[in-house]
Amino acid sequence: MSEVKFVDFVAKKNELQEKVEPLQVVNGKGEIVNQAVFDKYSDEDLVKFMKLMVWERTLHQRSNALTRQGRLGFYAPTEGQEASGMGSQLAFKSTDFMLPAYRDIPQLIQHGLPIWKAFLWSRGHVLGNDYTDENVQALAPQIIIGAQYIETAGVALGLKKNKTKDTVAFTYTGDGGTSQGDFYEGINFAGAFQVPAVFFIQNNGYAISVPRHVQTAAVTLAQKGMAAGIPYVQVDGMDFLAVYETAKAAREYAAAGNGPVLIETLTFRFGPHTNAGDDPKRYRSPEEEQPWFDNDPLIRYRKILTDKGLWSEEIEASYVDEVKDEIKAAIKKADEAPKQKISEFLENVFEVPTPEVAEQIKAFKAKEAK
Amino acid sequence: MATMSYIQAITDALRTQLKSDDKTLIFGEDVGKNGGVFRATDGLQAEFGEDRVFDTPLAESGIIGLSTGLALQGFRPIPEIQFFGFVFEAMDQIAGQLSRTRYRTNGTVNVPVTIRSPFGGGTHTPEMHADSLEAMVASVPGLRVVTPSNPYDAKGLLISSIKNNDPVIFLENLKLYRSMKADVPEGEYEVPLDKANVVREGSDLTIIAYSAEVNESLKVAEKLEKEGKSVEVVDLRSLAPIDFETIVKSAEKTHRVLVVQEAQRLAGVASKVVSEISERAILALDAPIGRISAPDTIYPFGLAEDDWLPNADDIEAKAREILEFN
Repeated sequence: MSEVKFVDFVAKKNELQEKVEPLQVVNGKGEIVNQAVFDKYSDEDLVKFMKLMVWERTLHQRSNALTRQGRLGFYAPTEGQEASGMGSQLAFKSTDFMLPAYRDIPQLIQHGLPIWKAFLWSRGHVLGNDYTDENVQALAPQIIIGAQYIETAGVALGLKKNKTKDTVAFTYTGDGGTSQGDFYEGINFAGAFQVPAVFFIQNNGYAISVPRHVQTAAVTLAQKGMAAGIPYVQVDGMDFLAVYETAKAAREYAAAGNGPVLIETLTFRFGPHTNAGDDPKRYRSPEEEQPWFDNDPLIRYRKILTDKGLWSEEIEASYVDEVKDEIKAAIKKADEAPKQKISEFLENVFEVPTPEVAEQIKAFKAKEAK
Repeated sequence: MATMSYIQAITDALRTQLKSDDKTLIFGEDVGKNGGVFRATDGLQAEFGEDRVFDTPLAESGIIGLSTGLALQGFRPIPEIQFFGFVFEAMDQIAGQLSRTRYRTNGTVNVPVTIRSPFGGGTHTPEMHADSLEAMVASVPGLRVVTPSNPYDAKGLLISSIKNNDPVIFLENLKLYRSMKADVPEGEYEVPLDKANVVREGSDLTIIAYSAEVNESLKVAEKLEKEGKSVEVVDLRSLAPIDFETIVKSAEKTHRVLVVQEAQRLAGVASKVVSEISERAILALDAPIGRISAPDTIYPFGLAEDDWLPNADDIEAKAREILEFN
């Protein structure tokens, strides 16, 4: 009797290992690899994109320094992720609803949150999460990894039920986030209800110290969309134009009522996980880091723009000064925030304080009056 | 007035709210075409359409996260967790997300979500279907926990819960679903969420209970009345917040108190009630406060359920002990 294989799992596993090339417009050497897409953008557009990345880099550098000086609290460094963060956020309108995680503060600011409020959030001040004055369409930054993915499905279902025109929900998580149940429940609910949502995975290689390959046997994180029946794509997260072009197409697709999209951006966190004692030297080697540092999204776009005569060291230095002034003003404004009161926290727990909470409000008000 | 079972009263409450507020949505596992595994949502999808009453994928965390998101878009979601024992799957979305939303947004964003779920023992269910996990949610700031003990309260409290802008965990007693019938007003009425209910007045002893144990306590009160003992029974109705004014008033009136819960003795609702009375009224008491609860095991295997659940006999024995204390 010959060996007849009904199903060949070895072959099936091998199929799963097939390498995917991420979408790219400008490669790591600063060469244009997709001229047709590149040509869609004017010189002004390119300068705008470059400025956004320099803005995020400067915000990072200042936030880093301010954290060390004790003038900011919690800070999750974003250096290296500028193309991924800015390129994705720029594709959305201020009326779209954003559900950020804690490393997505630059996108949240670009979405409408004043820097001084972002700083208050970092320090641990409730006003940092009060979006009413600016009507920021966002939920405060998520701490629990992946939880925002489900809420995004809910917001998007609400948009669909309300028949809100040309509006989507969008959210971010990291590579580690894709291992959470909530990640899967979020994309699955969004797919089942065919809601206008765009899900980003910013794959920066590490969940604190745990490398991407420990998270899953899947070759890409993007392909997790397949199980939920939603379109997915992997894109070079160090390439602003590739991220922007992809995010724009995703937004357009979702807003047109086609359902959700999942996008994985391949990026790298140059610094530590947070400024609270994480040391990447414990889990990353210089040999591993160096190619990513060389792959800096700012380097490749600086080259392109400089070659075109659109950018120079002087232009960048003068723009950095502008951003620094903006940040300085924001810190000053954050310093003026009123001292928080526990009685006010208590008032925020329920819409109308319950009798027991009311007792506690009274007690704290008496204490605070002293 | 119409005679309704406990579960019919719940369906009726849901119907009134689907009718009166077009932002209400009912969703969960099997709540659509099937009308819920207990038929709590029977006929509602046919009456109000699939846009308002719909099935979801089978994932509790997803159901609650969906609720928070929908509330952010102005809806008033009424999700169902099919059995409260399944709530562990959704604990982050309840205690880590939903309950904190108003607080973390500086009181600017309300999330009026009412999570309905059956709980409680006595119907020989498989594991994880009957556990009394109310204390777990009652210890979360920002959540209301409501436990009706009869059809009238079930309807009125559910309507109040849905109309309230805070997140509510609405715990329906599984055993009472079909075993209890009563006259229930038609149309809309509310039962206040912050008020315990003195279901029977008395002067010698106060029994404080909630959900199905209220009915066990009433049996004891009736029996003792024949012996000339006057027992007051207070139904907490709400476990978060607890109406300490009503229970303290009753304790000061009868001077003797017994607190009853179906849940294990471990840190729980009864402990909280005992603490409040101890702090606020201990000098009015003539006897130590008594407590009836289940033993501190995991919820028992079905065949042993009747030996485990606190019942009228347990309550009666403890009540006598407290009444006789000198």
